[in-house]
Amino acid sequence: MALSGIQIYKLLPQTNCKDCGFPTCLAFAMKLAAKQVELSACPHVKDEAKAQLAEASEPPVRLITLTANGHEVKAGNEVVLFRHEKTFYNKPGFFLRVRDDQTADDIKAAVSAADSYMVNYVGRELMIDGFAVEAVKGDPAAFSAAIEAVRQVSHRPLILISRDPNVMAAGLRNVDGEHPLMYGADASNWQAMGDLAKQHGAALTVIAESLDGLADLATKLKEYGVPDLVLDPAARKLGTSLALNTQIRRLALRKNFRPLGYPVIAFPCDAEEAYEESMLAAHAIAKYAGFVVLDRFAPETAYPLLVLRENIYTDPQKPIQVQPGIYEINNPTPDSPVLVTTNFSITYFSVANEVESSGLPAWLLVADAEGMSVLTAWAAGKFDAERIAKSVKAFNVADKVNKKRIVIPGHVAVLSGEMEEELPDWEIRVGPREAVDLPAFMKQSL
Amino acid sequence: MPVEIPKDSWEGTVRTVTLGATSAEGGTRSRTITVGGQKTLPFMNFEQTAPNRPVVAVEIKERRPTDWSPLLLDVWGDAANDPAAWAKQAEAVGADLLVLALTLTDADGAPTTPQAAVAATKAVLGASALPLIVFGPGQAEADNELLLAVAEATKGERLALGICEDKNYRTIVAAALANDHCVTARTPMDVNLAKQLNILIHDMGLPLDRILMDPTTGALGYGIEYGYSVMERLRLAALQGDAMTQLPMLVTPGFEAWKTKESKVGQDVPEAWGDWAERAINWETLTAVALVESGADIVVLRHPESVRRIHKAIDELTISPEMA
Repeated sequence: MALSGIQIYKLLPQTNCKDCGFPTCLAFAMKLAAKQVELSACPHVKDEAKAQLAEASEPPVRLITLTANGHEVKAGNEVVLFRHEKTFYNKPGFFLRVRDDQTADDIKAAVSAADSYMVNYVGRELMIDGFAVEAVKGDPAAFSAAIEAVRQVSHRPLILISRDPNVMAAGLRNVDGEHPLMYGADASNWQAMGDLAKQHGAALTVIAESLDGLADLATKLKEYGVPDLVLDPAARKLGTSLALNTQIRRLALRKNFRPLGYPVIAFPCDAEEAYEESMLAAHAIAKYAGFVVLDRFAPETAYPLLVLRENIYTDPQKPIQVQPGIYEINNPTPDSPVLVTTNFSITYFSVANEVESSGLPAWLLVADAEGMSVLTAWAAGKFDAERIAKSVKAFNVADKVNKKRIVIPGHVAVLSGEMEEELPDWEIRVGPREAVDLPAFMKQSL
Repeated sequence: MPVEIPKDSWEGTVRTVTLGATSAEGGTRSRTITVGGQKTLPFMNFEQTAPNRPVVAVEIKERRPTDWSPLLLDVWGDAANDPAAWAKQAEAVGADLLVLALTLTDADGAPTTPQAAVAATKAVLGASALPLIVFGPGQAEADNELLLAVAEATKGERLALGICEDKNYRTIVAAALANDHCVTARTPMDVNLAKQLNILIHDMGLPLDRILMDPTTGALGYGIEYGYSVMERLRLAALQGDAMTQLPMLVTPGFEAWKTKESKVGQDVPEAWGDWAERAINWETLTAVALVESGADIVVLRHPESVRRIHKAIDELTISPEMA
């Protein structure tokens, strides 16, 4: 947890020497608290104070980064319990689990289907992040072979699952140069696992059935020299997982409780049925998981989960925008009407949804209004005749239609005069104020 | 290392609202449904167990809808042709209560009459003994005309009538007041607007324990994050002691999810969307799960499989964990 200016001031020399460039130590402390200067600007601060300040400036939930072949999955660095308080930063990584008792062909088939999966959502390409390989045979060679099978078809980061240090050691040799996540260390194997984690620079999951146990093990491993830890509080049901993940996040953020200041891993894959797995995964996204391990990869489940993750991790302080452009709704032809709106996602969705559910074909021109809704953008000068005309030209709307006619939102009816000047060969029509009235308007007036 | 579990304690409590009236209470319902009463954030059972769990309402219509996904029409089959049969079927698939959402017009395109709305409501009440919420078609004039007639014809049943909005709440609230019903108050994803409408309705004399608030949600992919955060903020405000936010919340993930293309359309969609039926049910279910975790007390759903799944989720969330 960050220290206040006063707390920092107490650790400074309090000589007001001005060597840092600020008139007083207190002024410098305030700047430090606001993270606007570096402590190194003070040449006189004592080492002991430096250590304390460094400790305090560490994030409450440690950032863990898994890497492989240029791919990267980050978890941690979160600073709030509720997304509206600021935002959630690092989207939980989705990992598909395979096992070493599957044939190499089966593993490759499962992995390559998930590895190549990509779905488009509001102009963004969503995909899963990596794979978890579980050793169920207890045989180092089998584990190694399974990892090799995965590596033949995917380059994404891995989670290696085995509690047996010998098996784990074999697996780690396959992923030299990568930064995988090991799963994991429990009360009986933690030293051997800690050795492996140190040796390979891997992150290590700590597994315990209670928060006491987790805190214990995490403390021991940190002291042992393993800084990158992930927590598995071993809850596999919605209710217990919600309680434990909340407690861990609260302890990390509110109490600055270091032993639990790490990301959490969730295992929806352990659910008995596919539908439970998808609900557990949805819960893990909303409630604080950093890594999510899945068993059953299917596009019809992956797509909604990836979208939910985008939604929950959207920064509430910034409006989500859709890509400006010309969108086709219900397979429009050159005779279909052109409607224009802004690129604030909710505005876009309201309009697109209404038109789409009406079944009427249309070209929807989404102008770049810097992610604002129609009235807000208009008031801010981001949705005026000039901008709309620019979009009409930029996206070659004239080439798509026979009739040069464009419908502007009723809220900006005032723009129609200027629009006629900007687009002299176009007919400018004023549509309804609300998206919900569009289908009726289109039926009656277009 | 003993870890002290961080528990919140709040000064505020969410009010309880009871829907439906049994014969002893002047109605004909077999049971009543009470929602609200929480003293903690959703499912923080390690702090205190909530007195009431979230419930699942199933939305039915007084006539076969023409704009619903074929997946829904198929699964409800012939039951969707008749509100009484539909109500029975909804009860059979596990509805805790019913939402009868009236249509603007009849099958021939003529405006739905108050007589028809009353007949449909009575048919539903006759076929199923579950508590009932009745929504108007969503157009001020029609809502007022139909809901007033329904309210009078069902006096004593303690329905919830909706949808009250800032531009149209007076008639509906008056009808609820005069006939001992509750109301649902819908505002567009905004904490202050929600609060304001609750105040306006309360100022007409309707007690707060007869108001459900519907902060509106978007479906997954279509603005759910706004609804989600507004619900979290409303619940936090309630627990912090803001009386005008201390109302149970109703949301309609079924309505929202089933109007998305992902649920509605099975053909000419990207391959990456996968199997249509399972995708559609996921869309509704995952929207609902997220909203239940953000504080929904009543989720209104459309597909029987989603009802089953959300019951399972609520079961798991409400289990009291044995942890100190």
